[in-house]
Amino acid sequence: MAIIALDNVCKSFGALKVADGISFAVPEGEALGIIGPNGAGKSTLFNLITGNIAADSGTVHFMGKDVTRTSAMQRCLSGIGRSFQIPQPFGKMTVFENLLVAAAFGQGRSERSVETACAEILDRTGLLVRANASAESLSLLERKRLELARALATDPKLLLLDEIAGGLTEGECRQLVGTIRDIHASGTTIIWIEHVLHALNAVVERLLVLDFGRVVGIGEPAAIMASREVREIYLGIEV
Amino acid sequence: MTTSTPETGYRVETRTRTSRVAGLAAIVLLAGLFVLPAFASRGLIQDLFFIFTMLTLAQFWNLLAGYGGLVSVGQQAFVGIGAYAMFGAVILWGLDPLPAILLGGLAALALAVPFGFFAFRLQGAYFAIGTWVLAEVARLVVAQWRAVGGGTGTSLPRQATETIAFTETIAQLLDVRPAAARDILAYWLALVLAILAIGGIYWLLRSKRGLALAAVRDNPQAARSIGVDGQRVKWFVFLAAALGTGLTGALIYMQKARISPDAAFSLSDWTAYVIFIVVIGGIGTIEGPIIGVLVFFLLQTLLAQYGAWYLMILGLVSIGVMLAAPRGLWGSFSHRTGIQLFPIRRRLTGGRL
Repeated sequence: MAIIALDNVCKSFGALKVADGISFAVPEGEALGIIGPNGAGKSTLFNLITGNIAADSGTVHFMGKDVTRTSAMQRCLSGIGRSFQIPQPFGKMTVFENLLVAAAFGQGRSERSVETACAEILDRTGLLVRANASAESLSLLERKRLELARALATDPKLLLLDEIAGGLTEGECRQLVGTIRDIHASGTTIIWIEHVLHALNAVVERLLVLDFGRVVGIGEPAAIMASREVREIYLGIEV
Repeated sequence: MTTSTPETGYRVETRTRTSRVAGLAAIVLLAGLFVLPAFASRGLIQDLFFIFTMLTLAQFWNLLAGYGGLVSVGQQAFVGIGAYAMFGAVILWGLDPLPAILLGGLAALALAVPFGFFAFRLQGAYFAIGTWVLAEVARLVVAQWRAVGGGTGTSLPRQATETIAFTETIAQLLDVRPAAARDILAYWLALVLAILAIGGIYWLLRSKRGLALAAVRDNPQAARSIGVDGQRVKWFVFLAAALGTGLTGALIYMQKARISPDAAFSLSDWTAYVIFIVVIGGIGTIEGPIIGVLVFFLLQTLLAQYGAWYLMILGLVSIGVMLAAPRGLWGSFSHRTGIQLFPIRRRLTGGRL
């Protein structure tokens, strides 16, 4: 069964169509990569899935239920977790508290019962040493890790990652890929927007190409990367 | 709060050694304050009553603005409505002023519902101005209420103030005149209210709701995305502050025994001074308003005879503190030394840390 399914989803900001009849479905347990040039509507697509932006028309189904008209908060509670492209930490709180609040509210559990799980997520994402630092004191790299860690703390069934590998060194990137693979292996469905293609291709089973708010192609990474339209649109290569 | 899990050995602590010592010191101090009326002069009791009630108002304003990000300039509406509901219940229904204080709190709570309904449509500076306008509306409406004196105001009937519950017992017990016994009763109530306000707010901040409050203040959009209902958290804080402010307002006017709309809905007395207290002491800390109210009282006592100069000096002091120590007196001290008497940080220790 598809864990998430979009059917003909449209969204305009004034005259600008940022989502133009987007339809696709992701089976449970899959890892899907999303690529496309800047301004193609990738982050908007995430906002439409998470409910941070309401669709003008079309439907979004999550685990068989129509969630098109539900709020971002309700979608989080039903199992959609996300990271933001521009990190949005709770600056005055500590790194550990950032995770605590996400776990306690995202899972609807008591603070006490999620403490250990939060500590373990910090360990997995390499943030344990910074646990008691205030989030606003983190470097950009650490903030990106915090985005991932906080999304994980809500224990999502579907995890949306928005450009978390940009700006990492080769070693850090390899480490991140390992972490995301582990998350995927534990059964979490992943949709990942990324410009760092080799990181993306090390994890995802399918690629979706977005351009001008439209799905240009979806399928096996190798086939997608080889297709003529994708090379023209995304890589800007005339063939 | 210390919890530990045997498998991994992680522990979460909020308490520190300083906070334990401060807790013990607070218990001794409070015990002293409770028995103080047996020795102290009536003047001192009245001064402390003023300090405690201003402290309670400041704690609730700090909860709204410092923790909830809701900068309200209309809290005087809840002081006024609480006080007037208490007067109304005493004058119209012949209720004892003591239970009427509770009605004052409930009236403020009831007013907070429509108040919040309108004010929550606004953000930031617009919210501040909106609350001010709503408070003015409340003042003008109450000024039409003839039964409690309309625009000129009224006094509590003599037979009501002379028979307030417990005053006779207090008068006999401490061997004081009835008027002094009323002041002592008001003093104890103000002390209890201040303890409940500080204790309640501290409990709230250490609970799961406190985390949500901090998350919504820091980043509302991200808070929604992790399942925090920001509206609900804001409503909770707003209603709690209205209830506490209303109770305090009713208590203040039970002690004053004389009311008018201009005084009870005074922006400067119940909101501007309160903001001064919180900002001077340190916004977003529980210790801040405690320091702030002492500074405020000191300035007021020292400068009382200088009339309008007093307000100008108050203004200059706030500008000075804002420039030299924008975190406030306690905030700056705490930032430099790391000392917190009411710690709320959840510190992770043990395990692989």
